[in-house]
Amino acid sequence: MTATHPGPKTGPHAGPRDARRDPALRAKRRRNALRTLGFLSPWLIGFSVFFAYPLIATVYFSFMKYDGFTAPEYVGLKNWSYVFQDNPFFWPALANMLWLIAVMVTLRVVFGLGIGLLITRIKTGAGVFRTLFYLPYLAPPVAATMAFVFLLNPGTGPVNTILDTLGISGPQWFNDASWSKPSLTILALWGIGDLMVIFMASLLDVPKEQYEAAELDGANSWHRFRYVTLPNISPIVLFAVITGVIATMQYYTEPLVAAKVASGVIGGSGQHFEPGYPDKSTLTVPQVVYNLGFQRFDTGAACVVALVLFVLAMVFTTFLMRRRSGFMSAED
Amino acid sequence: MRRTGTSARRRLTAAAALASIALLASACTGSPDDGAGDDPNAETTLTFWHGWSAPSEVAAIKENIASFEKAHPNIKVKMVKGITDDKINQGLRAGGSKAPDVVSSFTTDNVGRFCTSGALADLKPFLDKSSIDPAKTFLPQMAKYTEHDGKRCTVPLLGDAYGLYYNKDAFAEAGIKAPPKTLSEFDRIAKKLTKTKGDGYSQLGFMPNYLGYETTVEHYGGQFGVQYMDKDGKSNTAKDPAVKKMFAWQKNLVQDLGGYQKLNRYRTSLGDEWGAKHPFHTGQVAMQLDGEWRGKMAADAGLDFKIGAAPFPVPDDQVDEYGKGYLSGTILGIARTSEKKNAAWELVKYLSTDTDAVVSFANAIHNVPSTLKALDSPKLEDDPLYRTFVDIAKHPKSSHAPSSVNGGAFLLTLQDNAVAYEKGKETDLDAMLKKNDAQVDKDNEQAQ
Repeated sequence: MTATHPGPKTGPHAGPRDARRDPALRAKRRRNALRTLGFLSPWLIGFSVFFAYPLIATVYFSFMKYDGFTAPEYVGLKNWSYVFQDNPFFWPALANMLWLIAVMVTLRVVFGLGIGLLITRIKTGAGVFRTLFYLPYLAPPVAATMAFVFLLNPGTGPVNTILDTLGISGPQWFNDASWSKPSLTILALWGIGDLMVIFMASLLDVPKEQYEAAELDGANSWHRFRYVTLPNISPIVLFAVITGVIATMQYYTEPLVAAKVASGVIGGSGQHFEPGYPDKSTLTVPQVVYNLGFQRFDTGAACVVALVLFVLAMVFTTFLMRRRSGFMSAED
Repeated sequence: MRRTGTSARRRLTAAAALASIALLASACTGSPDDGAGDDPNAETTLTFWHGWSAPSEVAAIKENIASFEKAHPNIKVKMVKGITDDKINQGLRAGGSKAPDVVSSFTTDNVGRFCTSGALADLKPFLDKSSIDPAKTFLPQMAKYTEHDGKRCTVPLLGDAYGLYYNKDAFAEAGIKAPPKTLSEFDRIAKKLTKTKGDGYSQLGFMPNYLGYETTVEHYGGQFGVQYMDKDGKSNTAKDPAVKKMFAWQKNLVQDLGGYQKLNRYRTSLGDEWGAKHPFHTGQVAMQLDGEWRGKMAADAGLDFKIGAAPFPVPDDQVDEYGKGYLSGTILGIARTSEKKNAAWELVKYLSTDTDAVVSFANAIHNVPSTLKALDSPKLEDDPLYRTFVDIAKHPKSSHAPSSVNGGAFLLTLQDNAVAYEKGKETDLDAMLKKNDAQVDKDNEQAQ
């Protein structure tokens, strides 16, 4: 090391290879840095404009009273206190979100995996079944939800009509707070095509030799699933859970449309719509953000709810990623 | 020294970044342009957002606009139909070349927000310039619900009056000779007209549920004379005896007609409010609290029975006020971001105050006129059903819920509580109303 630095290391006349004092080297490094920055700039600009700035602005506005028309005014923790203590929608929406994560996401993953297993085992007509199971996923969410509210109409819907003929008094579905979230879950299971496809692909990717080896060892079908299939597809299960949780945190269209159609207040009529009809049971956190930010002009409180959502998404994702080892095999 | 220098640079960079963020965030607020420096005689094109979407309504507003353009050849109007308040909010916030100059909304809920936030321009200078006194031009109740705290940022563009529709054939079959005037008479008739069938009804006298289309808290409240706010602007429902009377009456009627569960089950089986299968059209419900538009919709649906209309009954101790009803309507305002406010005012003035324009539009879409001259115009449609609602609108005791800085949130909160009380989820009415007041006050404080 010393041989490469013959000159004094300190003082006004540093060695010729000292970058801080060698103009040519400095210029070269600056050019390199600029080139690197140039290559990085599309990402940097995108990250700054679409993530960093909105996030920082959201934090900033959460401490402001801001209606979108007049200049923001600093109000300290008032918005935070309002959201956590006084807003009538925040906690019910959060509780609904947790219910949907626990039940809907779980059932979607289990159902998606089940359908995937079924489809990969069908010998004849597999293409037809794949298409049939995938098609509902292509239905526009608004149309699909409206169709489900019609099918599950307590009085005139085909489902309850059939149940009536069987002597069963059907539930109120989207018109009953106890049944609205299960109804949404049924709707989500109907549109399972996305998960079916990725599970099917991952199941087809499991090495056949492993099944053969397990069979030679006397493993029954449950053992083969538990000790061969599941470890192989665990990264896909993790992916399905994480994306499912995030999608549920952003769940907006289906519950809103279901609530509006079921309550009979479609919009534009000047009537009051009860958010989360019935009894706030279909209220989700993004609906609260929209209600506060875009209907009540309360950008500050909306930003607080948005930040809570952001933090929860981060916590869930981090938790699931850290539990990754529990999901995945040692080779993964 | 070097470390100190780096630290100082970092601090400086951080401070600069924070300043930039604050600047950027502040920049988002824009700067309102409240001035009206445009020449109303210059060639210009206005963008007008409205909520009408039915073909007949769109044709009517187009005709109205064509008359305006004929009277003002220098102003062209570009209309955007089917606009809701959510879209209006976005448009007013965003501004820009595609933002509206003039907006209309079917709900009066957001007048408080529009006026306090400055989203809509103050119309007082324009009204003064045109020597229009709102109190002498518009129906007093409509003049009141289009301003907030003395600030007038909207004017009424036609109105809605609520009354009682009844099935005349069902009345005759039950031996009922005249529509009820008091609520006790109404309850008796509703029960008499109700025919049960299995777990449901073959004909329900009246659907009293708060979610039964127009049978909302605010529409019932108009008959009871509910005072939602006290003189200090605080929520008043726990202190106002009219609120308790209204809740008690409604709950009693629900019980008399079969209970909440049975009625709610029946309600969810009924057709769409805005479609031909409305339960009043199909005969599933014999009486309906509704607005003046129902008469035309019923006629369009081609009913095989005769219908009548009357003011909705009043509490027995207010029989001298029979004839009153709840009033609401469409509002009209000028976006604060509009750079053509003088031209926009010409359009607003024409649509809202020109008697012929108001009358022809009211006749075309079957709404109640909002100006005093139009209400007395001989050109106004003389259909007896429709005229019932014109009379309700003119009744001095007809009313509207007050405007609030928090829009219609206070009505929604009361409606939520009303539904909980109706279904038996809440049983202590006093405690519930106190809770309602506390919630409304907290929401209003947040919106201040």
